Amino acid sequence: MIAIIDYGAGNIFSVKNALDMLGIESVLTKERKVIENSDAIILPGVGAFPWAMSELKKSGLVDTIKHEAAKKPFLGICLGMQLLFDKGYEFEECDGLGLIPGKVDKINEPELIIPHMGWNMLEYNIKNCPLFEGLPGNDYVYFVHSFKAYCDDKNIVAYCEYGDKVPAMVWNGKYVYGAQFHPEKSGKIGLKILQNFSRLIK
Amino acid sequence: MLAKRIIPCLDVRDGHVVKGVNFDGIKEVGDPVEFAYEYNMQGADELVFYDITASHEGRGAMLDVVRNTAKKVFIPLTVGGGIKTIDDFRETLRAGADKVSVNSQAVQNPELIREAADIFGSQCVVVGIDAKKVSNGKWTVYINGGRIDYNLDLIEWVKKIEKLGAGEICLNSIDTDGVRGGYDIEMLNAVCDTVKIPVIASGGCGKIEDFCDAFKNTNCSAALAASLFHFKELTVNEVKSYLINHGVPVRDVSNNLSPRLF
Repeated sequence: MIAIIDYGAGNIFSVKNALDMLGIESVLTKERKVIENSDAIILPGVGAFPWAMSELKKSGLVDTIKHEAAKKPFLGICLGMQLLFDKGYEFEECDGLGLIPGKVDKINEPELIIPHMGWNMLEYNIKNCPLFEGLPGNDYVYFVHSFKAYCDDKNIVAYCEYGDKVPAMVWNGKYVYGAQFHPEKSGKIGLKILQNFSRLIK
Repeated sequence: MLAKRIIPCLDVRDGHVVKGVNFDGIKEVGDPVEFAYEYNMQGADELVFYDITASHEGRGAMLDVVRNTAKKVFIPLTVGGGIKTIDDFRETLRAGADKVSVNSQAVQNPELIREAADIFGSQCVVVGIDAKKVSNGKWTVYINGGRIDYNLDLIEWVKKIEKLGAGEICLNSIDTDGVRGGYDIEMLNAVCDTVKIPVIASGGCGKIEDFCDAFKNTNCSAALAASLFHFKELTVNEVKSYLINHGVPVRDVSNNLSPRLF
């Protein structure tokens, strides 16, 4: 059972819909017990960094997430990926979950169209990431964001090119993965990535 | 590299896809969920459902269409038509839409853009515009499906939209819409040169070359078309192959539609 953390952010049904389609059991929840008893966790989200962190704090989930992410597969999606880092700078400086070293700040290139919206091709930086197993190559996924991660290259599994490089998938080398793109909105490639994630469950 | 997007648009009335024929007649052409699934298989990058129902019951039917589509089609969905309030945004997003498009209501109440962007995020706020040329380099914005001239300058309006926090503009030219002689390149350029948010070209696409013209001659991020795809004159795949051959970056799905992926 995958727990999809529901903290009131955006269109979380789409993650559930995608898992349903794949025949993977999941539940939308903000109950600590359900999260602790799950086999894997997805942290979705659209919206602003400080708002999302304050919602997680209000639900008393920050420590639960930190604790569980050390023990079982954990995937942050879009804002959920950005929250994995130490700090965010959307509107104000704000502490993140600190699961991967780095910060989140504006895509700072004045000539670019912002948000970075649409399908962009994954460029692989680390081979053998289990989430990318079996992808056919020339893999396009769907992005929509105005902030990006600034972190060590060793945590970046794949980039995409938008002006400078944009971290598309990050990984702490253990259980914690983060996708800047939306696998649940990235057609078959995205569904395959979600299926790969579910296969990490022991 | 970021791909240029091809977006089929479906007009929906009381839960059915419809197509206007010469202004007066409207004919039903099918089930929106099936159309959406088919376009997805052809490699559409996004889908737009445009609700042309006026009634309350029709809105409910539209939300059912969105709910059912979101269970089968895993690409971004935009819903427009009849969105008036923050509650309309909320229920449309909760039904499974990724973006909501506002048009007349945003012209009459621009604060709706700011409020929606603050609550749901800019990424889901699309502002649709119907505009018509007045004189060289000047266009005005129309409301109520392009029927009423609001005497609002297009360029002033797009600047304001961007400032209020819209995530994207869908720019429809009344002059080229339905004529099928190509997108309105001049108007697109005027808007793309003014704002730094994505602009979708809409209105006038009649043949495969028109997509290429829009992408080669303007900075638009996406091109929307309806009847060409409805009436199966072209498939999204054909359009994309043509664009690839002409050096336009698009998401090619021909290599990953194999069911063996799973």
